[in-house]
Amino acid sequence: MSWEIVIGLEIHAQLATASKIFSGASTRYGAAPNAQAALLDLGYPGTLPVLNAEAVRMAIKFGLATGCTISRRSVFARKNYFYPDLPKGYQISQYELPIVHTGSVEIELADGATKAVRITRAHLEEDAGKSLHEDFAGMSGIDLNRAGTPLLEIVSEPDLRSAAEAGTYMRKIHALVRYLEICDGNMQEGSFRCDANVSVRRQGETKLGTRAELKNLNSFRFVEKAIEAEVQRQIELLETGGRVVQETRLYDPDRDETRPMRSKEEANDYRYFPDPDLLPIVIDDDAIDAVRATLPELPDAKRERFGAQYGLSAYDAGVLTAQRALAEYFEEVAAATRAQPKVAANWVIGELTAALNRDALEIGASRVSASALGALLDRIADGSISGKIAKEVFEALWKGEGTVAEIIDKRGLTQISDSASIDALVDQVIAANPTQAEQFRAGKQQVLGFLVGQVMKASKGKANPQQVNEALRKKLG
Amino acid sequence: MHDRTLTELAADLAAKRVSAVELTKHFLARIELYDDALNAFVTVTAEQALKQAKAADERRARGDAAPLTGIPLAHKDIFCTAGVKTTCGSKMLDDFVAPYDATVIERFADAGAVMLGKTNMDEFAMGSSNETSYYGPVHNPWDLKLVPGGSSGGSAAAVAARIAAAATGTDTGGSIRQPAALSGITGIKPTYGRVSRYGMIAFASSLDQAGVLTQTAADAALLLEAIAGLDDRDSTSLDEPVPRYSAIVDEPWERVTIGVPESFFDAGLNPEVASSIRAALKEYEKLGATLKSVKLDYIHLSVPAYYVVAPAEASSNLSRFDGVRFGHRASDAIREDLATFYMRNRGEGFGAEVKRRILTGTYVLSAGYFDAYYLQAQKVRKLISDDFARAFREVDLVAGPTSPSPAFGIGQKSSNPIEMYLNDIYTIGANLAGLPAMSLPCGFVRGLPVGLQLIAPPLAEGPLLKAAHHYQRVTDWHRRVPETYA
Repeated sequence: MSWEIVIGLEIHAQLATASKIFSGASTRYGAAPNAQAALLDLGYPGTLPVLNAEAVRMAIKFGLATGCTISRRSVFARKNYFYPDLPKGYQISQYELPIVHTGSVEIELADGATKAVRITRAHLEEDAGKSLHEDFAGMSGIDLNRAGTPLLEIVSEPDLRSAAEAGTYMRKIHALVRYLEICDGNMQEGSFRCDANVSVRRQGETKLGTRAELKNLNSFRFVEKAIEAEVQRQIELLETGGRVVQETRLYDPDRDETRPMRSKEEANDYRYFPDPDLLPIVIDDDAIDAVRATLPELPDAKRERFGAQYGLSAYDAGVLTAQRALAEYFEEVAAATRAQPKVAANWVIGELTAALNRDALEIGASRVSASALGALLDRIADGSISGKIAKEVFEALWKGEGTVAEIIDKRGLTQISDSASIDALVDQVIAANPTQAEQFRAGKQQVLGFLVGQVMKASKGKANPQQVNEALRKKLG
Repeated sequence: MHDRTLTELAADLAAKRVSAVELTKHFLARIELYDDALNAFVTVTAEQALKQAKAADERRARGDAAPLTGIPLAHKDIFCTAGVKTTCGSKMLDDFVAPYDATVIERFADAGAVMLGKTNMDEFAMGSSNETSYYGPVHNPWDLKLVPGGSSGGSAAAVAARIAAAATGTDTGGSIRQPAALSGITGIKPTYGRVSRYGMIAFASSLDQAGVLTQTAADAALLLEAIAGLDDRDSTSLDEPVPRYSAIVDEPWERVTIGVPESFFDAGLNPEVASSIRAALKEYEKLGATLKSVKLDYIHLSVPAYYVVAPAEASSNLSRFDGVRFGHRASDAIREDLATFYMRNRGEGFGAEVKRRILTGTYVLSAGYFDAYYLQAQKVRKLISDDFARAFREVDLVAGPTSPSPAFGIGQKSSNPIEMYLNDIYTIGANLAGLPAMSLPCGFVRGLPVGLQLIAPPLAEGPLLKAAHHYQRVTDWHRRVPETYA
């Protein structure tokens, strides 16, 4: 029996505003517990929410980037439930009228085909605080620093058909919100997390199966693994005559299984109603146009342009445009150097990315600036150093040993390209390797590589390989 | 000194006929003398009041006094006051000291007014008799066996007994106007959003509005212009200029048309109260006003609509009182499981009327009932608003009774919530429609004061206060003081 997997994701992206969505408290991560909670965040009597306009602009930005409709009028509602880390006893969210709705993003599938994933809605809401259940002598601690942090909840249609598709979609949204600079995307700190609604149905069936909601998935890998485990569970259940129950489940990565979070009997009635403390958000064309003017070039468009403008492969263009900062870095390098864009791309994707990964740095914190890398590539292009030497110079740059010129100078790495010196080296090598020289003369072309290598070795890598090649051919020809 | 109006006292202070310290001492002495019997105050801030009074005198000596500098006021215990207990009439907040000042408090303080203390009120402003207070009922200065009305009962009694020059109040369904009527004083509830709600403990956010209780309309004008106006901390506060109400009230009387909704004079209205109201309307005619009958087709639905919307919002607004961060925590509740912890804190902290409204509100918002109750009530609310809007195309003001009867006995209606709720039958409409409205003394029935209610279009506080002021120029009901306190 063949099963179809049906998945919809609810992604919570923490908006990168300086202050909270309804209070002036800072959203900076990592402060001492409750140091960043204003009276409003503590739910103090008499306090009132005032909407952070920046959060609205960010939501509009997301809507425009995903072809969504921006609601001219949207409404905040209260979601009522009791929990100690929810200080007001309700969460301010949007219910019937979200700020953004009906759009889509395109994802690339494993087989190279593309697929549009529909976005049902994206709405603004405040985050709750955190309950800390350890280290309080059997009691729970409450940290309200996170309470009131603005979230954009991005809800997809159940258009995803595998764990891998869900992962791809999540990565796509992750890249997009970072591109738009509306979310820092830091998953360790919980800035980007998701819930997955998962169900299965028999192939050909048009009705959706009963779904389980997997909560709080905070890494791409967990999303995929959790969905796989849940799909497996549901299929086994159905194939042995069982029934899927609609419920909220949590993924346990240690045991690679999902288990129920709360039972249906306890299902909350959230008693949503419009929040009377906040006016409806009214957005006119001017406001939308103002945000549109701040939209950066989006990943898909940038990737296409990189292919056309720089002659890069689809793969290279894809890697370079996956992060806005990386793409910008590449363009700076390409503009700063006479080297071919393809060479610049290879260096950014290769040496630079490897060094960043090794030191666990973001591109913004790169120890080699785009202009320095450009200067380095110029020296390869003008033949003053070889590609191999360039790698040595790059490492020195990374360690902060000076500018490209200083390093080459200090280490005496300038390429040997005067013909007299090269001829002398070539003569030396031919004399020292008579057998190989004879083999080449007899027509064994492969030996040339060995001889070039010997010359390079003798020059400590500084000889111009092109010239060495030519000199050898001339002398042995 | 105490029977002088706030406007007169302001003139006395300006002319240095009296100092703020003298005035404050005088009122503090009267509180000391009378409040045991009245129970109008929850907290008297004598020490702080004298400090403020001294500062006010110094400010005046420096020559930068505002009209209210040195005027002793009482504040309803629903407004947060930094460093002073704010109880909202509830055991839940018996030990709650707010860490900040409400906008109303802040603006009065900026004007140099003196705070005498915090006044008693129905618990969380839920009540029409001041009997639901954790601190016991307030007694009506006209007859201590009677209620002063509610929920701003302490403020009303304090002004009626002249133990404060004026007082603040809040009005969600009539909580300024009804006690003003039952206590024989003047009270105004401004347009929704005219005065900031920041720092005012919420009952029903879409209906709550701060206002003042005074001897006269001119006094109310002086106070209102000090506190009205945009506040960035309240998203629902209106960004409209604040006229100088105290100047407007003195402008010459113009011809106005007063609408009289005949449905206000139905069988539910005490016939003697009806006669007083009719007489007041005659007085307006003598002043040159034209009376015109108006129809408010849906006003009879205001009480049921209100008792859906207000409890719905209250059930959510009061969720924050859980004993986690502030407020009442039952002894040893921390050792219980979470649900028991909540139930014990809230079960002990809230009184019966508050619980009744939380239950009602939770019910009307529940899945399966929301459309039939909450949405339906919102539709009715719109119809009532439209009724008023239609009426105001033909008339400048709407007039009628504030309350169906004069003050009733303590305990007389407290066992029957429906009967109690009907006290607000004439006042709720203005809250549902967000309109400014006043109550002013217009006569007596068997020795008890009767209030005339005037309702105006949105932001027409100026014309409203002016109409009240011109009535008070030709009548003296508002100058009458119960004998004991004269």
